[in-house]
Amino acid sequence: MTDGAALRRSSLYEAHRAAGGRMVPFAGWEMPVQYAGLVEEHLAVRTRVGLFDVSHMGEVQIVGPHALAAVQRLITNDARPLAVGQGLYTPMCNPEGGVIDDLIVFRTADQEYLLVVNAGTHSKDLAWIQEHAAPAVVRDISDGVALLALQGPRAEAVLADASGTALAGLLPFHRLDGVAVQGVPVAVTRTGYTGEDGFEIASPWDAAPRVWEALIEAGRPHGLVPVGLGARDTLRLEAGMMLYGQDIDETTSPLEAPLAWTVKFNKEEFIGRPVLERQRREGVARRLVGFEAGGRAIPRHGCEIRVAGERAGTVTSGTFSPSLRRPIGMGYVPRAASARGGGLEIEVRGSPVPARVVRLPFYRRA
Amino acid sequence: MFPTDRRYTRDHEWAQKENGRVRIGITSFAAERLSDIVFVELPKEGAEVIAGQAFGAIESVKAASDLYAPVSGSVVEVNQAVIDGPEALNQDPHGSAWMVVMEMSAPEEWDQLLDSEAYTALVGAEQT
Repeated sequence: MTDGAALRRSSLYEAHRAAGGRMVPFAGWEMPVQYAGLVEEHLAVRTRVGLFDVSHMGEVQIVGPHALAAVQRLITNDARPLAVGQGLYTPMCNPEGGVIDDLIVFRTADQEYLLVVNAGTHSKDLAWIQEHAAPAVVRDISDGVALLALQGPRAEAVLADASGTALAGLLPFHRLDGVAVQGVPVAVTRTGYTGEDGFEIASPWDAAPRVWEALIEAGRPHGLVPVGLGARDTLRLEAGMMLYGQDIDETTSPLEAPLAWTVKFNKEEFIGRPVLERQRREGVARRLVGFEAGGRAIPRHGCEIRVAGERAGTVTSGTFSPSLRRPIGMGYVPRAASARGGGLEIEVRGSPVPARVVRLPFYRRA
Repeated sequence: MFPTDRRYTRDHEWAQKENGRVRIGITSFAAERLSDIVFVELPKEGAEVIAGQAFGAIESVKAASDLYAPVSGSVVEVNQAVIDGPEALNQDPHGSAWMVVMEMSAPEEWDQLLDSEAYTALVGAEQT
């Protein structure tokens, strides 16, 4: 994104302004970073329910008789077991085993798959998918789809109230079509990026403000608040989830990140497989670990990690955890230093901050 | 309008003269922009600081920001209460959550600082 280029706005832009959202540039979009305050929004999602606009994310369909083969070639996870209405999380790798993007793929019909991709990688992903999906048909439907995320322990109650639809039977990573909110037809998936129970709600682009309003209204007795990108980041980091472009990118492999579970070697050929197979056989040289830091200075993205005085890696994500009330982060370290409990030293503004490797996720819902 | 009993920097610190010394803090605008301040790093008593250079840092949940010295001189007092309870910066940045008191070494620097009117205009421009 070059300076001065026009930022895109979601159909909820006016709703965000009206709710006091502070708008910032993000991956080519102008999106709310926070409304009432990051910590307040974060804790609302952990204890009650929060509503996010994630319309900047991309939606790409792969359809036709060759759709499954194309999906299987593109992703490291295995889409064969997916029933219609079911989805999974997966990396999409380049031939070097680097991650082009991490995404969720849903089987939406017999010969139809929907890939929900990151905003920052949307155009890159689309070009890559078009190049490698043939002869399957690829359609970018992002311009027509707005996406809201309703997250938190009361999400189910709020969405049930707003839609008149029972959702208790909807399993994680499953999708329910034909739900109506204020007369707007939406598709609901039990997915999210916060570590809480919750739903992502796909609505026609122009009708999203009605869905948003209906959820705010239904959420009022449950203490719902709108949540910005700031709390989205602290929530996902506590939940040990990767941020594309920061924790994983084209220079990192899923086996270096804690994503080995998303690479299925018992399926047919897929892009990146030979390199990933070799990494599995020989082991990787470095690993992404979670750490907790002592003191109150916060290791941030880009800070140097040292082990026994030697430069060992860099922090990929770091923040003050609103739930745990201490600094947490993630970063790549040599495999020998990746064991749980291991000591690290992180340079924050010229001073060493002690840290130790801990199990991911930092936070797990009760 | 920001308080007229003090002056301001373009980096959103305030400076207030008292008994020949200068008390320093951050403005309510800065505190609001940072939101949820969780850590403050301040110089020690006796430290020499130079106008315009970083002399400390503030961490909010969102990001770290440097603190820039409004004037040059030596630090004669540090507000331990704000180090122990950084959230005070969100609550009372122009009052109890001051940061340091300094002895100026170059008093002529005072005239380089913005008055309330100029700072209010600056913030107005940043808000649009």
